Amino acid sequence: MNIIVVGLNHRTASVELRERVAVSDAVLPEAVARLKCAPGVVEALILSTCNRVELYAIVRDTAEGFDSLKEYLLKMAPSVSAEELLPYLRCLDGHEAISHLFRVTSSLDSMVVGEPQILGQVKEAFEVALTQKTTGLVLNKVLKKAISVGKRVRSETGIAANAVSISYAAVELAKKIFQNLAGKTVLLIGAGEMAKLAARHLVQAGMQNVLITTRNYELAADVAKRFNGLPVAFHDFPREMSNADIVICSTGAASYLVSAEDVQKALWTRRNRPMFLIDISVPRNIDPDVGLLDNAYLYNIDDLQGQVDKNLEQRRQEATKAEDLVKGEVILITKWIKTLEVLPTILALRRKADDIQKAEVVRILSKLGPLSPRQEELVEELASAITNKLLHGALVALKAEADSANGPLFAEIAQRLFDLEREIAASAHKEHDDQVKSPSQGEPS
Amino acid sequence: MNVFFFEVSLLLYFLGTALFLSQLAGRLEGVSQSAFVVAGIAFFFHTLALVSRMIEAGHIPLTSMHEALSFFSWALVLVFLVVELRYHIHILGSFILPLAFISLISAAALPKEIQVLAPVFQNVWMHVTLSLLGTVAFAIAFVAGLMYLIQEHLLKSKHRNALYHKLPALDFLDDLNGRAISLGFPLLTLGIITGALFAEFTRGSFLNWNAEQIGALGTWLFYLVVLLGRVTVGWRAKRAAYLTVVGFAGVIFTLVGVLVKGQHPFA
Repeated sequence: MNIIVVGLNHRTASVELRERVAVSDAVLPEAVARLKCAPGVVEALILSTCNRVELYAIVRDTAEGFDSLKEYLLKMAPSVSAEELLPYLRCLDGHEAISHLFRVTSSLDSMVVGEPQILGQVKEAFEVALTQKTTGLVLNKVLKKAISVGKRVRSETGIAANAVSISYAAVELAKKIFQNLAGKTVLLIGAGEMAKLAARHLVQAGMQNVLITTRNYELAADVAKRFNGLPVAFHDFPREMSNADIVICSTGAASYLVSAEDVQKALWTRRNRPMFLIDISVPRNIDPDVGLLDNAYLYNIDDLQGQVDKNLEQRRQEATKAEDLVKGEVILITKWIKTLEVLPTILALRRKADDIQKAEVVRILSKLGPLSPRQEELVEELASAITNKLLHGALVALKAEADSANGPLFAEIAQRLFDLEREIAASAHKEHDDQVKSPSQGEPS
Repeated sequence: MNVFFFEVSLLLYFLGTALFLSQLAGRLEGVSQSAFVVAGIAFFFHTLALVSRMIEAGHIPLTSMHEALSFFSWALVLVFLVVELRYHIHILGSFILPLAFISLISAAALPKEIQVLAPVFQNVWMHVTLSLLGTVAFAIAFVAGLMYLIQEHLLKSKHRNALYHKLPALDFLDDLNGRAISLGFPLLTLGIITGALFAEFTRGSFLNWNAEQIGALGTWLFYLVVLLGRVTVGWRAKRAAYLTVVGFAGVIFTLVGVLVKGQHPFA
């Protein structure tokens, strides 16, 4: 039994290939249910986002599992040929597969390290698998752990601390000038994409009043509608500026549209309440002298980009901390899985010995004829003493090797020596039935 | 007993101050938690000290410079604890606790004997309480102003360090500053009126033109101008921050003057 992953992600494959293989939310439940039925697969989960398509499975045999999952992927994406797909697939097993899942969930494997979506996406994939009952003892435990590791990484390291896009950096800065964005007003001068994005983030952060001005009044009115805002005539905006707590400027103009004088006037009208001005146009549209005025805070695109770069650098530093945290957790869960491989052997050995012992006692007692209760007791004691003493060494050795690399080897030897295959198969079958009845049950910790 | 409690609280305030200052430098989340708890325990012992002193003295213990400074620290920490519980601005403690500690260690250096009060001084506590509460409000305004100036400098210079992340938003600090002044000013006004009435009652004249009376009037006028400037012509934000930082320096100066000369008719 082993955990494996087969898939492609933004590191291994282009977006063209990823989107052809991607599993949409609508078909995901059916897809994961079918994956569970693939040959050799015991438990299954599909993680499909815009950056990755990955199949996680618990398989009886690793090599067979890889083949099975690859075949499944090819069947699932009929438009992709084997030559196109196979070179880009990443196949991992055991320790490496778990480590990969944990890193993915902690967003260490994301395009933007520390991005918040992936944790939710893993949770959703897990929920789909749970409702389809495609996960069992091992994947349930591994996924729950992955999610909790993801949460720990977010809360215990600074990996997700600071903004890593220009528009978020603007929002972050705004929050250092205005405690509460609700009730504040933003004025967009020009309606460039980045300005609109920044405005959208500000509105999400609680900002309610949006003013928009462009040379083309119809365009301003059109954009204003989308933000529930008001258009402002272009020649009028210097006067409107006194109402704006935040000004975002992004036009194609070749010269300064906002002079220091305009801003000074606005500040007087505002009775010196602070203004945050963001100039994301190139060439710049706000006179840099505005930054020298008291209570006016001017940031241009380089300032914001500088912050983003710094934050990215900081995230990279925090990521090494996160990697250490993940490593520790991977070791723990790998140990648990290894014990899982030896545990059935120990149980089967114990059970087989007990069965033999009981049968032999019954047989011998029936041959001996009437005995006193004390004599019967002694016969039972004799039998149990022999089995216990005989098994003692083997059980101790198995338990000791349970979480080492030799565990599976010892288990296999014990199975061969004591002829335990049938017992194990029987108990695995029983366990499987229990799992299907209640997937969350039966998790030794 | 009150001196014992006082010394315990002094020790704890020292620990709290050290923790809050170490929080300024590091990124440790846990530190601010434990610093807050230590400050809370220190405040508890400080309260015990004040209450036991009141019981031992048989009157409200605001009749010596030691008692005045001790009460000032106590009220300052009380305000901090309330603001912290309400707004969770951990960094406030890194500014307020050192201030409270300095005031308290000055109190520790002064004679701690309980004064035997002449009957005529029985009601002086009202004047002292009001003036001290006014001073506490100005101290808060000072701290808010100082934090404002630091944060405004960091924003202007586009330099973002650990401090930048910990300091609250500019308008919050400006708001805190404004509120503290508009609360401190009426308190100081009442403090001055009761002081003048008291002087009239004990010495027969409202005003003796001694240094500390002039200091008090100067402070009062200064904060009047600051307050009016904010309300009428928009002296807020950076200017208000500067003015309150400078103004509080004046307050301290007056206080030290009183302390050195020992002119105040406490005993």
